[in-house]
Amino acid sequence: MKFSEKWLREWTNPAISTTELVEQLTMAGLEVDSVEQVANSFNHVVVGHVIDIKPHPNADKLKVCRVDVGSEVLQIVCGANNVTQGVKVPAALCGAEISPDFKIKPSKLRGEDSFGMLCSAKELGLQEQSDGLLLLPNDAPTGKLLREYMQLDDVCIEVDLTPNRGDCLSIAGLAREVAVLNRSDYMPIQTSASPAVIDELIDIQLSAETACPHYVSLVINGVDLMTATPLWLTEKLRRSGIRSIDPIVDITNYVMLELGQPMHAFDKDKISGALTVRFAQQGERLTLLNMQEIQLTENDLVIADAQKVIALAGIMGGAETAVTSQTQNILLESAHFTPEVIAGRARYHGLSTDSSHRFERGVDMHLQQVAIERAQMLILQITGGQSGQINPVLLKENQPRQINLRHNRIARLLGVVLDKTEIEDILTRLGMILTPDEMGWQVTVPTNRFDISIEEDLIEELVRIYGYDRIEATTPMFTLSVQPQSERKITLRRFKQLLVDRDYHEIITYSFVAAKTQALITPNIEPCVLLNPISEELGVMRTSLWTGLLQTYLYNKNRQQQRLRLFESGLIFSQVGEEILQSPNLAGLISGDISPAQWGEPLRSVDFFDIKADVEAILALSGLHQKVSYLTAKHEALHPGQSAEIFYGDESIGLIGALHPSVAQKLTIKAPVFLFELNLTAIMPTELPKFATLSKYPLIRRDIALVVNAAVSAGDIQQCIAEVAGELLVDLQLFDVYQGKGILQGDKSLALGIYLQHHDRTLQDEEVNELIQRIVDALAQKFDAKLRE
Amino acid sequence: MEKLQQYLHEALSQIDEANTLSQLDEVRVQFLGKKGLITELLKSLGKASSEERPILGEKINKTKQAVQDKIQAKQIKLKEKTLADELGKEAIDITLPGRGKSVGHLHPVTRAMQRIEDYFAQLGFDSVSGQEIETDYYNFDALNIPTHHPARAMHDTFYFDEKTLLRTHTSPVQIRYMLEHKPPLRMIAPGRVYRCDSDLTHTPMFHQVEGLLIDEHTTFADLKGILKNFMAYFFEEDLAIRFRPSYFPFTEPSAEADIACVKCHGKGCRICKNSGWLEVLGCGMVHPNVLKAGGIDPERYSGFAFGAGIDRLAMLRYEIDDLRVLFENDDRFLQQF
Repeated sequence: MKFSEKWLREWTNPAISTTELVEQLTMAGLEVDSVEQVANSFNHVVVGHVIDIKPHPNADKLKVCRVDVGSEVLQIVCGANNVTQGVKVPAALCGAEISPDFKIKPSKLRGEDSFGMLCSAKELGLQEQSDGLLLLPNDAPTGKLLREYMQLDDVCIEVDLTPNRGDCLSIAGLAREVAVLNRSDYMPIQTSASPAVIDELIDIQLSAETACPHYVSLVINGVDLMTATPLWLTEKLRRSGIRSIDPIVDITNYVMLELGQPMHAFDKDKISGALTVRFAQQGERLTLLNMQEIQLTENDLVIADAQKVIALAGIMGGAETAVTSQTQNILLESAHFTPEVIAGRARYHGLSTDSSHRFERGVDMHLQQVAIERAQMLILQITGGQSGQINPVLLKENQPRQINLRHNRIARLLGVVLDKTEIEDILTRLGMILTPDEMGWQVTVPTNRFDISIEEDLIEELVRIYGYDRIEATTPMFTLSVQPQSERKITLRRFKQLLVDRDYHEIITYSFVAAKTQALITPNIEPCVLLNPISEELGVMRTSLWTGLLQTYLYNKNRQQQRLRLFESGLIFSQVGEEILQSPNLAGLISGDISPAQWGEPLRSVDFFDIKADVEAILALSGLHQKVSYLTAKHEALHPGQSAEIFYGDESIGLIGALHPSVAQKLTIKAPVFLFELNLTAIMPTELPKFATLSKYPLIRRDIALVVNAAVSAGDIQQCIAEVAGELLVDLQLFDVYQGKGILQGDKSLALGIYLQHHDRTLQDEEVNELIQRIVDALAQKFDAKLRE
Repeated sequence: MEKLQQYLHEALSQIDEANTLSQLDEVRVQFLGKKGLITELLKSLGKASSEERPILGEKINKTKQAVQDKIQAKQIKLKEKTLADELGKEAIDITLPGRGKSVGHLHPVTRAMQRIEDYFAQLGFDSVSGQEIETDYYNFDALNIPTHHPARAMHDTFYFDEKTLLRTHTSPVQIRYMLEHKPPLRMIAPGRVYRCDSDLTHTPMFHQVEGLLIDEHTTFADLKGILKNFMAYFFEEDLAIRFRPSYFPFTEPSAEADIACVKCHGKGCRICKNSGWLEVLGCGMVHPNVLKAGGIDPERYSGFAFGAGIDRLAMLRYEIDDLRVLFENDDRFLQQF
């Protein structure tokens, strides 16, 4: 809600400055968003009367005007095309400062003297855009300072009202609030019905009682729509951000701003028969004022005449019955539509109007009569016409709400004890009626306060006026208790720290990604699709953290970053039938050199085993390192020969591998990129370490070098050795893999260190030799492995 | 005996001149060796008279000792020098950088989040993370925001279907937590939230932290106390804080909290749009309807809840002046934290 400070002060005028007023509103919960001057800070601009116009002898587009500025008549050259003889316009005199760097001086324009400038609304800072000069009313007093005449020493204050304060969507409501805060006089306008001069009314049927229990209407014939709306009125509208349209619309808007009652005017001659306020029937249609055609549903409250729907109640009127410049006779509507009925309907039809905004939040049921009286008076005054009798139809009056307020509850919730007299004073100032009872009071709430329905609401009102800042902050007392921290769970924070220590940078990317990119990475997982995404690029929920990692890789690669080590954690999502799965993952990407460029050591690019080491470190944290197995993975985004699926028992807990070259090509990635992704739920649990006594007997190391077919995996060989060696094996280290000279093509040589130790005695040479022989035999049988000569 | 003096003199000067261990050894042999000059003198003692012999003997022995001491001292010196020369040859440029990987970086939002968690953990708050795809019941209805409430329109919600959405705030975690735990309760829920809004100052995804404390005697004054201390902890500075009345359907009374601008401390600058204040969180006493939705008796228990934007706190803390850089993940940006 945007309003003129001067207008507010017509209703209540506390002795505080603009700055104080703004601060006060904000601290009372009516947050001020902006304060703007209503015009530029120009001076020496007066009302000028153009008494004579001659064409400029040397320029087609210029005119030479003689302008009466009160004290004298000046020659002023003007280029505006709306300057005509007799108009009143703003005239800036010589010496005037239109803006700090624009001063008016006597000058010659293409050879003609000019002693001033005629101004447009834009030049004076009244409007963002304007076409031609600002035309002032004919009765504007020639020579009067424009600032005084238009009362331009004023500010527009914009308050960002929370949805509960519909009662402040008017000057009347805001003034009431300001009067309460300052204990200043509240001076509402007085209205009364003008006498009827014609005996005409339109019959109103209210057939949706709870949705519209009160509908007040009025016929006025013979209105002159060609009349100009007075400047004082359009200025107030302008300062509230509303454009002037025609006198009838301007007046209904004015009354809405002033009192908070949205109104509508129909062209009476386009209505046939009686009006009904009812819910629409499925299939009915209506073309609105803005020419949008809408399909109505049974949830839409409408105004209908004998033949058709003519308005979407409380939201917008129809085009067919709208007031136009030809309109002569009008039907004015001032109704109460309940918030529940209007709420959501405007949005459903993609509309947002000043009227629906107010009805959704609640319009006081006692406003309709006052508002129509006010509009009647203004219409008759401005456009003329013959008024009929105001026609109120009231089905059921809203009973004011009554709430019990307990004195001790206030202290319990706020932590301060408020004095009874202060409580009574504040609530009474807010228009509540208090009846004391044994626990506190019974409070009757004014009907304009739709937001107050329970005890807590009253307590909020109290503390709002009392002042939030007057409540002393305290440190709460609570039973000392510590959150249990299980040692059987590795925290996400620990995993993150590990990756950071291993030179990874954490990234945070959007959880929604482009469906197209994602389909490259997980073509067989059905993503959750957003109905209303920001853009197609952010259209589906990620099914893997790799999408964001790869996009971030590309983003940085395009900025000359070659060496990247990135990780992200977060939920991944998928649609499985009706069900949506959300699970926390941890994923990483590496590419480029193993370390930053450095002296003394040749650089190499990262490979599968670098990222595997990082994964092993992560798994080591949870004690899974020795317990998982790496099986060749079949994953659409991974290189079939350089990827593994990680299993803990039967459960797949993650993936690791090189980005598939054809996926890389589609993503325009040229350098090798390695990825991992782990299921956090699977890797967070860990076992408590359990001490095992240390053997006092010697550790024996035997090395063997094997030659096997290159397709045999090292993991299988290690597993075979472990099985044969059993409990005696304390460590097994694969310390060399070799292919090349001395080894047949298609074979490879593996060197392994076997560490053996007995818990209770020293191992004898013979039994060690015998064990090694059994290992070698087993390997020979299973993998056709030979000892290397 | 002039000879003895002469030998001593010669020996000492030759020792002085010796530059290497082998030169020194030559000197030793020349004077003290089996056929050395001083040794020869000793051998010739037999020719002296019995009165002279002990006197001469003592003199010669003293001289021999002097030469020996001198040689030994010189030997130590020469050994030290040799070692120093050898070590000198092994000297390296210690200003060359170390080799190996460097250390990575946490995202600034994570850094801020961890600070928040640390503060509340010390007060015994549980930190939980909820689901991000929610039902409209947990995101709205249970939080006292019925279907057509105007507050729903302000949330710009992303939907999957009529009932399923991306949570617009971390508040649904409150409800789920209340249903799973018995009061007294203390918890925070940091995490991602989503709103269908994207411009200079809004990203469609951002981070919030929700906080909830429910006990038998929790008051608005307590809420002020906890949050004031939180801000002082987070910014390591005793910043002024003010509470303004506001509106959230799930709290009553509700407030928005502003802190004195971290940059200008209230004087007015670009960051605080010349107001001197920065809006950092929304809070209030939990609405009785929300307590009921969480299965808690509002007559027996009261509580407060708050929600703060973590991205904004991170931006203020680390002087990041553009929201959008947070999620572009430029490596040069990430390296700064």
